[in-house]
Amino acid sequence: MESDLKPQDQKDLDKFIKFFALKTVQVIVQARLGEKICTRSSSSPTGSDWFNLAIKDIPEVTHEAKKALAGQLPGIGRSMCVEISLKTSEGDSMELETWCLEMNEKCDKEIKVSYAVYNRLSVLLKSLLAITRVTPAYKLSRKQGHDYVILYRIYFGEVQLSGLGEGFQTVRVGVVGTPIGTITLSCAYRTNLAFMSNRQFERSAPIMGIIVDHFVDPPCSSQRPANMGHPCNYRAPDEEDGGQFAGVQDSQEVCATSFSTSPPSQVSVRSLAPRQRRKEEGRRSVSPSDPVESLNAFTRKVGAFVNKPSTQITAASLDLPFAAFAPRGLDSEENDPMVHPPDSPPCPSPLQGSLHSQGSEGSGQQDDFVMVDFRPAFSKDDLLPMDLGTFYREFQNPPQLASLSLHISSQSMADDLDSLPEKLRVYEKNIDEFDAFVDMLQ
Amino acid sequence: MNCRSEVLEVTVEARQVEEAMLALLHTILLHRSTGKFHYKKEGTYSIGTVGTQDIDCDFIDFTFVRVSSEELDRMIRKAVSEFKDALSNSGSDGMGQISLEFYQKKKSRWPFSDECIPWEVWSIKVNVVNLANEQERQICREKVGEKLGEKVINVVEVINRHEYLPKMPTQSEVDNVFDTTLKDVQPYLYKITYQITDSLGTSVSTTMRRD
Repeated sequence: MESDLKPQDQKDLDKFIKFFALKTVQVIVQARLGEKICTRSSSSPTGSDWFNLAIKDIPEVTHEAKKALAGQLPGIGRSMCVEISLKTSEGDSMELETWCLEMNEKCDKEIKVSYAVYNRLSVLLKSLLAITRVTPAYKLSRKQGHDYVILYRIYFGEVQLSGLGEGFQTVRVGVVGTPIGTITLSCAYRTNLAFMSNRQFERSAPIMGIIVDHFVDPPCSSQRPANMGHPCNYRAPDEEDGGQFAGVQDSQEVCATSFSTSPPSQVSVRSLAPRQRRKEEGRRSVSPSDPVESLNAFTRKVGAFVNKPSTQITAASLDLPFAAFAPRGLDSEENDPMVHPPDSPPCPSPLQGSLHSQGSEGSGQQDDFVMVDFRPAFSKDDLLPMDLGTFYREFQNPPQLASLSLHISSQSMADDLDSLPEKLRVYEKNIDEFDAFVDMLQ
Repeated sequence: MNCRSEVLEVTVEARQVEEAMLALLHTILLHRSTGKFHYKKEGTYSIGTVGTQDIDCDFIDFTFVRVSSEELDRMIRKAVSEFKDALSNSGSDGMGQISLEFYQKKKSRWPFSDECIPWEVWSIKVNVVNLANEQERQICREKVGEKLGEKVINVVEVINRHEYLPKMPTQSEVDNVFDTTLKDVQPYLYKITYQITDSLGTSVSTTMRRD
């Protein structure tokens, strides 16, 4: 269809549609990672946040999306689809939903590309963020792990909904009219989860190759059949890896963040510093729940109450209250056994030792167990006459209360009974006194 | 100008009122907030970035997305908390309505004060029920979660009709359209009001919260 668009508008529109498609895929896949997503607002525009929304780019997802698009753009008759499916640890899989980014022929010639289309695409992405938490697959994806994983697959061309079973529902996320057609975003989701309810999900160990551990590189896509999809819970490769994701560079293309309040003047576009700047910003904006960035850094953190094995506590350091908890300079991580664990044989469980020491001393079977010193948590070594361990042991086995031992108690009972008649005689003699006392009280 | 009016209705348990209201109000505000505007020369402006975060509800099987802004969240929570308290103090019938109104200011000459012209009003009607046992409560958790999901879809449907929105203002007019007092995001000017209906059907309190 011919459009009367100016070349600059056409160029802008193509760019907007391309990055909208890429961001749509990111939002959908990130919503199925199984974790809460959190990004920070920034009052200063960075020039790299498309549609003025902080949506991180997982490089592998961008790569898959670009591979599927193969240089084309979603258009009339050419839809981009993200298929979300579930795969159990036994190898059964089921399609859960298909998100479709389509375009139809209804054009809006009047709309301003650089302003209204851009803002409406931004609103549509916000709607996508909201709707991705509402479809049934969201709850399933939050519980993925040992029993099943969630996979995604991106394809381009005709929409395929047959895998969703009978009675699937459709929810429309929204539409944005443009001069070359109307962009629509929708989701078709399965309602018939009968396959799921019949299965008994047993707790089993994760199967290698399906559930990819966070700290292991994901298997190359060449090893995986093309129609199987990619897991939604892998660690994205480090940015330094470059390699197959070098193509990500152009995703930091400039995005239009400047607008004009006066009618259609030019859009002033800021040039973007190279990739390095994005990397810095990416690191800076890490939040604790960010699934991608937080996995890239694994350094030893000093936990509360933890004594590093190499440090000796001296009496002098106790001049300060709680000196032992004062921050110490971190030892070099090269020698840190926590960061680079040595291959060591498993040590005997301290629990085993403590169970034994709590029992009465001198019981038999001592030859079968290794006597391990009882080291209760938070205790220090031999600093006080009675340390925590001794205190704990003593008060685990207190001596019997004298009054509770049987022969003594029975004896005192007998004494009490014998003395009763005499006590009664005395009280009866003084009965007048008692009566006078009672009257006084009333 | 016609003011667009949308009504959403939910039935919840007393302990779910707060989260249900937060979920819906934040969903609406997510769509009605932009990044901070930075005006430059020649009438151009650039827009800051809006972050988002997922919030899991404790009493409802539901997760919603809100704008990452502690300030905005505080203000909404305060209003919802007042509404919740008013609802619980009104008696066991527990019917109320909280409204989120987006408006534009129109400057008037002295001695008239500025006019506030609403352009979109969202009213959320709440019915509070009491449940007898834990099993019913568990079912309610899931059912209310599904209902909220439907309401989110309704909200999105309305918003994506792309009907009237105030024109993007010049620098001198921006405070008539947007709330520029927050440091990280910029919602359209809004106010939250509520009404509680007692068992006789009369409304017992209305409070204006200017924001």
